[in-house]
Amino acid sequence: MRVPIGWLAEHVDLPAGTTVEELDTAFVRLGLEVEEVHRPPVTTGPLVVGRVLEIEELTGFKKPIRYTQVDVGEDEPRGIVCGARNFAVGDLVVAALPGAVLPGDFAIAARKTYDHVSDGMICSVRELGIGEDHAGILVLGQDGFEPGTPAAGLLGLDDVVIELNVTPDRGYCLAMRGIAREIGTGLAVDWRDAGAVTPPAWSGAPAWQVEVADGARCDRFSMIAMEGLDPTAPSPWWMRRRLAQSGIRSISLAVDVTNYVMLELGQPMHAFDRGTVRGPIVVRRATAGERLTTLDGVDRTLDADDLLITDDSGPIGLAGVMGGASTEIGDRTTSVLLEAAHWEPTGIARTVRRHKLPSEAAKRFERGTDPEVTVVALARAAALLAEHGGARVVGSPVDADTRGPRPAIPLDAGRPARIAGVDYPTSQVIEALTAVGAGVDADGDQLQVTPPSWRPDLTDPADLVEEVVRLAGYDDIPSVLPNVPPGRGLTERQRRRRSIGRALAEAGYVEAPAYPFVGTAALDALGLPEDDVRRSVVVVRNPLSEEEPALRTTLLPGLLATLARNLSRGQRDVAVFEHGSVFPGDRRIPAPVPGVDRRPDDETLAALLGAVPAQPWHVAVVLTGHREPRGWWGPGRPAGWADAVQAARIVAATAGVELTVRAGDLAPWHPGRCAELVVGEQVVGHAGELHPRVCAALDLPARTCAMELDVDALPPAPVPVGPPISNFPPVLVDLALVVPEEVPAADVQAALRAGAGELLERLQLFDVYTGPPVPAGSRSLAYALTLRAPERTLTGEEANAARDAAIATAAERTGAVLRG
Amino acid sequence: MSGANDPYDPKQVAALSAETLDGAVRAATEAFAAAGDLEALAAARPAHLGDRAPVLLARRELGALPPAARSDAGKRVNAARVAVTDAYTARLAVLEAERDERVLAEERVDVTLPWDRTPRGARHPLTTLTDRIADVFVGMGYEVAEGPELEAEWLNFDALNISTDHPARSMMDTLFVAPEDSGLVLRTHTSPVQARTMLERQPPIYVVAPGRVYRTDELDATHTPVFHQVEGLAVDRGLTMAHLRGTLDHLARQLFGADAVTRWRPSYFPFTEPSAEFDVWFPEHRDGPRWVEWGGCGMVNPRVLTACGIDPETYTGFAFGCGIERALQFRHEVGDMRDIVEGDIRFTTAFGVEQ
Repeated sequence: MRVPIGWLAEHVDLPAGTTVEELDTAFVRLGLEVEEVHRPPVTTGPLVVGRVLEIEELTGFKKPIRYTQVDVGEDEPRGIVCGARNFAVGDLVVAALPGAVLPGDFAIAARKTYDHVSDGMICSVRELGIGEDHAGILVLGQDGFEPGTPAAGLLGLDDVVIELNVTPDRGYCLAMRGIAREIGTGLAVDWRDAGAVTPPAWSGAPAWQVEVADGARCDRFSMIAMEGLDPTAPSPWWMRRRLAQSGIRSISLAVDVTNYVMLELGQPMHAFDRGTVRGPIVVRRATAGERLTTLDGVDRTLDADDLLITDDSGPIGLAGVMGGASTEIGDRTTSVLLEAAHWEPTGIARTVRRHKLPSEAAKRFERGTDPEVTVVALARAAALLAEHGGARVVGSPVDADTRGPRPAIPLDAGRPARIAGVDYPTSQVIEALTAVGAGVDADGDQLQVTPPSWRPDLTDPADLVEEVVRLAGYDDIPSVLPNVPPGRGLTERQRRRRSIGRALAEAGYVEAPAYPFVGTAALDALGLPEDDVRRSVVVVRNPLSEEEPALRTTLLPGLLATLARNLSRGQRDVAVFEHGSVFPGDRRIPAPVPGVDRRPDDETLAALLGAVPAQPWHVAVVLTGHREPRGWWGPGRPAGWADAVQAARIVAATAGVELTVRAGDLAPWHPGRCAELVVGEQVVGHAGELHPRVCAALDLPARTCAMELDVDALPPAPVPVGPPISNFPPVLVDLALVVPEEVPAADVQAALRAGAGELLERLQLFDVYTGPPVPAGSRSLAYALTLRAPERTLTGEEANAARDAAIATAAERTGAVLRG
Repeated sequence: MSGANDPYDPKQVAALSAETLDGAVRAATEAFAAAGDLEALAAARPAHLGDRAPVLLARRELGALPPAARSDAGKRVNAARVAVTDAYTARLAVLEAERDERVLAEERVDVTLPWDRTPRGARHPLTTLTDRIADVFVGMGYEVAEGPELEAEWLNFDALNISTDHPARSMMDTLFVAPEDSGLVLRTHTSPVQARTMLERQPPIYVVAPGRVYRTDELDATHTPVFHQVEGLAVDRGLTMAHLRGTLDHLARQLFGADAVTRWRPSYFPFTEPSAEFDVWFPEHRDGPRWVEWGGCGMVNPRVLTACGIDPETYTGFAFGCGIERALQFRHEVGDMRDIVEGDIRFTTAFGVEQ
């Protein structure tokens, strides 16, 4: 809502010398956020009102040109050349004289043009920087000013406009009337309520025959008829000026007046060309499939929920949203019907959404207008049309009013104090509610509060509390810490997530959270088979990007895109990780929508919570380039599949669970370099080198590696048991086994462990060797065993027995042969 | 060695005479002093401190002396032995010091050489800042609550007093999920966690809920369609706006310094009544101390308590929410939102693991 201060000052007695900053502060304190302060552009030098005395039409040029004599309050008129044609002899105009500088550093000087010396310029609204209108020059009318009067002040050139962000509960502040109430109360100065006006006592037959068939959606419908409107009469410049300041385009006098009254009183109106309305007006719901061409020229198919203004011809308006083209005011309209109604807000909101038709009128109706002012608004519009367009009211108004009484809200006067933590005496509570416009009946501390007609948002005691606290000022509220009962700290799951992030960061990975949106292209690039579960995605109906309409089922697309972005910015060694939710889309149960007047019953609540799909927390890493950089110590070490697997081991160790790694085969990994990550019996993720085709498809360096793991699938960590620490000396044994190449080292290791038994304290693989003398197809694995007994010094025989048992088990399970 | 029947005059036992002993000491001291390095000193040692050294041979003679003479001679021998040992030790110390000086100097390295063979990574500052905020509340006794990002529409809107046709609902710029009757949205705020918490348990409730939220905004220098909030909710007997202010002031001090406070402006949220937006006084702002807009807060609307099964006549509650990106922008002087969301490792690495 744009508030021109000059307009506001007509409604509120702003103290002399009030600054824009003071108003800004006052608005903010009242809960009207100041979005922007628009200061008019600066004009310097002589800018005066002039009267056109003579017009000489110049011909022989590409376009018609006028050479005018303009009285600018000097002894002699000035000759000014002008290309516009929308003025006549006797009109008052604004003339910029030589020496003036208009907005945009537009310096005015006497210059010869079209064979005449132009001693200044007659200005358009746009040249003055106060609007967009450039179709013609600004005509101030025929009288009201003396030629030579400085024009800057008259034009509101020094009028500042404060743009407010009005919250949706306070529709009444989308009008000068509401703003005046707020700022008058906030500054504690006199103000006038433009809505508290008694309309004239019109008489005669009702203006039109009207039937409201849907009283629930329209509880007041008012209308007057006017005749004798001069269709060529322009809107007065001050009205156009204020509409422009408010961001509304000037169209015609009749339309401008309805918009102006809307901005002033908050009551949107509609003007019908009376000559085109056929028969009685009926306000009713549409029948499905009915059609209406609206003012914007769009032929719309209507929904049975749309509320209509109809006549014998069918729909002539989408109630509260937009008029119909068939009854639009034209440039020959002399007779109009003016409508001002009160519509049920949510119905308007549905129609706006359905037809994607937001408008200034609908914006106010959706928030709720004041049903009390329909006729006041008609009277105000009638007066303006009479004054500026020569129109007169015919007959008496239609006023179909079926409103019921507004129930009073009971309020304990102590409630605001209990909510705010500030003592407000009952008198202050009553005073604040009265300032808001409410009627208050007090019986001791028990108040019966009738909210004002323009505040549909005030329905509960809590709403009244806010008004009291707001007007008293939020700054009065003290700062007190509550006594919070002891809490449980972070949950295991929360601690685990944090630890995983820290561990990966300490291990060299940089966290890079990505937007969780993917497209089919990204899943194709990963080489996922058609039936891969990761292709079952949740689709966003109104995605941010058409290329990425779905929610991720894997962290890899986002992470790989981040990797690529870093590479494109000149990085070579990149190791990044992300942990966050993924959104499996393989399950669809519509969520119920229970009421809100009480807690949903357990069954409904369970259905509601159950309809929200599980969104497992994954962690993933991707890396390329060098894992260890080259340096003065020597060459670097390229990142490889083993780093990706190690990242999984870090995650598992951090989570306190035992991870089993075995060969796997899953897109997007290299089928020979893919580790399946297993905890207990469950596959929790994969790690390794990406498939060469995936690297090619994503334009990533060859041998880029990745790991992804479902953190939520990890079981809770067992409480670790402190092991007994033996102080007896260890026996160290090295041995090398020759095993077939396809035997996983993990199997050999497990066999050695099982065979060596309890005496084995530590087992370390220290060499892997292929080549002669190891036979082709086999490899040699060399292990260091640390054997130790808990309560005695181990004898040579015992150590040998353990070693031999280890070898025997390895031989039995894996075909290992001790290397000689 | 003396014969068994000799008269026992220690002065007459040559090995025990003062002259002999003095001579031995002198000889040892000179020999040690003459040793130019540790090897020479070691070579000189057996002659003066070994088993056949004069002072040790003298000691053997003591046993043959009559008890009356033994004490005196014993003292002399001992003094001589100590003197030789001291001379040795002193020389050893000198030579070791000389050696150390030489050898350790030779072993000097350039300790300024880098050794970042596995450079440290980093956690994203959104994560660390979120953790920091959560920790402030955990320190006060709050618990960290969670909810899904893909959320039931009822919890995101209806339960929070945002009815289907309310303008506030369309102002939320929601990302909706197919099919149309799914009843699911990408949550537009962390407030549904409030509803989840209250549906789950009765007061006292003190929770903080950080998380990622979604709006249909365009990414630019100050906006991102995917961003993070921290939501706080307290429901208990007798909670007031003063408690809300105390809590927010405490948070402000923990994050922005001891002089930080909050300022409130009346505002509107369907799920709180009264509602406010709050600014924080940030003394360390790069452009000088100032108020910075940070979040929204208010007293939980009794309608929300009712929808979640909590008696609004018995309990009151407060709630607040603030943007993590925004806090990151002003607390850490991040000028462009895109730096926060694009995952450039140069940006994130600057924040380290713990920020």
